[in-house]
Amino acid sequence: MSEEPQSWFAKLRAGLSRSSDKLGDSLSSVFTKSKLDDAMLEEIEEALIASDLGPAMAARVCAKLSAEKYDKAVSEAEVRQVVADEIERVLAPVARPLEVVAFPRPQTILVVGVNGSGKTTTIAKLAHLFQEQDYRVMLAAGDTFRAAAIEQLQVWGGRIGAPVISGKVGADAAGLAYESLEKARAGGYDALIIDTAGRLQNKQGLMDELAKVKRVLSKLMLSAPHDVVLVLDATTGQNALNQIEVFKEVAGVTGLVMTKLDGTARGGVLVAAAERFKLPIHAVGVGETIDDLRPFDPRAFARALAGVQE
Amino acid sequence: MFESLSDRLSGVFDKLRGRGALTEADVRAAMREVRVALLEADVALPVVKSFVDKATERAIGAEVIRSITPGQMVVKIVHDALIEMLGGDSEGLNLDVTPPAVIMMVGLQGSGKTTTTAKIAKRLSEKERKKVMMASLDVNRPAAQDQLRILGEQISVATLPIIAGQQPVDIARRAMQAAKLQGFDVLLLDTAGRLHVDQALMAEMQAVAGASDPAEILLVVDSLTGQDAVNVAQSFAGQVDLTGVVLTRMDGDARGGAALSMRAVTQKPIKFAGTGEKLDALDAFDPQRVAGRILGMGDVVSLVERASETIQQDEAEKLAAKMAKGQFDMNDLRAQLNQMQRMGGMGALMGMLPGMGKMQKQAEASGVNDKTLSRMEAVILSMTPKERAKPEIIAAKRKIRIAKGAGTTVQEVNKLLKMHQEMANAMKKIKKMGGMGGLMKMMGKMPGGMAGMLGGGAGGGAPQLPGGMPPGFDKLLKR
Ligand SMILES: Nc1nc2c(ncn2[C@@H]2O[C@H](COP(=O)(O)OP(=O)(O)OP(=O)(O)O)[C@@H](O)[C@H]2O)c(=O)[nH]1
Ligand SMILES: Nc1nc2c(ncn2[C@@H]2O[C@H](COP(=O)(O)OP(=O)(O)O)[C@@H](O)[C@H]2O)c(=O)[nH]1
Ligand SMILES: [Mg+2]
Ligand SMILES: [Mg+2]
Repeated sequence: MSEEPQSWFAKLRAGLSRSSDKLGDSLSSVFTKSKLDDAMLEEIEEALIASDLGPAMAARVCAKLSAEKYDKAVSEAEVRQVVADEIERVLAPVARPLEVVAFPRPQTILVVGVNGSGKTTTIAKLAHLFQEQDYRVMLAAGDTFRAAAIEQLQVWGGRIGAPVISGKVGADAAGLAYESLEKARAGGYDALIIDTAGRLQNKQGLMDELAKVKRVLSKLMLSAPHDVVLVLDATTGQNALNQIEVFKEVAGVTGLVMTKLDGTARGGVLVAAAERFKLPIHAVGVGETIDDLRPFDPRAFARALAGVQE
Repeated sequence: MFESLSDRLSGVFDKLRGRGALTEADVRAAMREVRVALLEADVALPVVKSFVDKATERAIGAEVIRSITPGQMVVKIVHDALIEMLGGDSEGLNLDVTPPAVIMMVGLQGSGKTTTTAKIAKRLSEKERKKVMMASLDVNRPAAQDQLRILGEQISVATLPIIAGQQPVDIARRAMQAAKLQGFDVLLLDTAGRLHVDQALMAEMQAVAGASDPAEILLVVDSLTGQDAVNVAQSFAGQVDLTGVVLTRMDGDARGGAALSMRAVTQKPIKFAGTGEKLDALDAFDPQRVAGRILGMGDVVSLVERASETIQQDEAEKLAAKMAKGQFDMNDLRAQLNQMQRMGGMGALMGMLPGMGKMQKQAEASGVNDKTLSRMEAVILSMTPKERAKPEIIAAKRKIRIAKGAGTTVQEVNKLLKMHQEMANAMKKIKKMGGMGGLMKMMGKMPGGMAGMLGGGAGGGAPQLPGGMPPGFDKLLKR
């Protein structure tokens, strides 16, 4: 990611600002008074809930705030800062970019998630990012189910100049994954990113299929897949926690990417997820074009959630 | 797994049994739990607040019927209010205009618009014998137009030929013209996903609506959506005249609070629920089921309705008592299998029960279908009574004997044992869930059934409960 921290923060904020404005609004409206009391705490808690932190996580953040500042005179900025710090404390340990480090090559990345979460687009963005770091990337069109899913990845591959291994519609996804790893290895690629069909985590049969894709890859190369990335849609509510739990169990998810943070959804569920699963968060998606992937910056994310002004 | 509302409430009301009417203090305490339950179910905060106010008003002073607990009383009031809010005029599609009737699909990226477009097209052409055409206006997502074309081929519905580079408003105009000339009854316009904050794309959506004068504009929303649902609903409803909502991915395990948010904000009916990736997975929206789900009661209510028609009482009472004790042996499994057959197959039954979804998939994956039900029964029948009562004693030798007796393999026997084990676990889970109270009543087949108890339309302030309970049942319910 050719990174200009300023503009990435601006862009994420553009998305998150509406949320932080809201949080900001509720916080500001609270801070006509200056002592932190129950009513204020409740409003803060609600603002966090409205950002999808979930009632339990929001309560924990507020408990922390209360322990530090209850009955003390506080400014709005101070309260926001405490909330941001607490959220950052939870998120900081899990921020970790995806890196091409596998030896032997290729770094094999399996991308999974529920339907429509942004897997295919994220693959294109990731591939582009690796290419900018001078890695050679191959893609595999492992969604052999959804109509035009193969074509979709092929279009992306064409745009960024990455080869796309594909099979027939309805073909066995595990077989295709195997074939693509063979080809990536033979061709000396640095990274292989494998797309999969979207699936809801409560569909056992489809989840088993993912487990099979994984197994087959590791047969060919013991360390593969090196990463199993779960793509989460920021508009998703508390069900994201179920998604992480089940995909982790069945497909051995090793890290997360959250997409669609360019809207008004705030993705607060990541805070609860970080606390509970401690899975690395690799990046966030902030738009539909190839450049719209950003490293996950816990500080910026926390501050945006808490509405801290830059 | 989230705690069910009834579980939460049983804590609040433990001390209160036996009082006549719900006092304000009791109700407020209960409503705090209701609030958390709704938030956990992803109902948007502003909607939670107004809903809780409404339900509080109703609940204060309501008489608690003697045989149920105050907690159950509150659950009923909340459940009724939910159904009322979710339901309302679900009149289906209104296509009564000079043809072609245009249906325009809008929504966020990845919400399920294209799939739903094809599902509705299939339904209209197959069930209502309409002449249907679809056109994709999605020039953003790679291969989006191909996606719709392929779906059209799968369901034998015409799609507007793709002209590369043409822009959405022009495609809409061309589609209108083609539909008129070729005498189509219905024209479905699939559009690109857009964020409600993207002003350029929102303006484009208005322009498309202006050019095609749709009879229906359906907002397609993912039922996994969280708090953002209000923003989405507000913005889309503010920019075009929505006529209804479609909730997709109802086959997932989300609590689906977005349904309530959507109804509350748009005031438009939820016309369909998407329940799978296949093109016939489109259902009418069922407020009753969704209310139960939002409250964390699985689809116990629907189950109860169907079951109360079919389950035989004595059999059921025995099972209820055993389940209450957490016991579930092979005889029970056999009784279950029989009931399943009566209730429309195992898919139908397991799909409705909380905690059983996974099993259903496993069952499907391993090729279990209704025919295998009778084969499974044969396996149970070749067990000795002792084995049936204590399946854990069935070791390798016994398995071989049983397999022989039933004319099948040891693997099949293992499968059945595994299934039994999972069902026993599921039963334990259900027992823990609030649905159990209801489930047991259903088993007892009370006059009026559970439908009257939990569902039964919006009863208003004075809920009517059926009379007494079979002897001993209120003990079972109390836990
Ligand atoms: N605004 C926005 N849209 C995104 C983002 N990421 C993906 N999308 C869009 O979301 C839609 C679905 O993205 P896909 O990449 O096709 O999602 P998927 O998970 O591969 O979907 P399936 O294969 O159908 O399960 C597309 O319209 C994408 O353009 C993002 O970060 N922001
Ligand atoms: N399980 C499930 N998947 C669905 C449902 N509706 C759509 N999908 C899937 O969601 C993904 C995105 O759907 P699509 O129609 O392309 O969304 P669009 O971007 O809004 O047009 C695809 O993988 C679909 O197969 C549904 O009701 N249940
Ligand atoms: Mg995809
Ligand atoms: Mg589409």
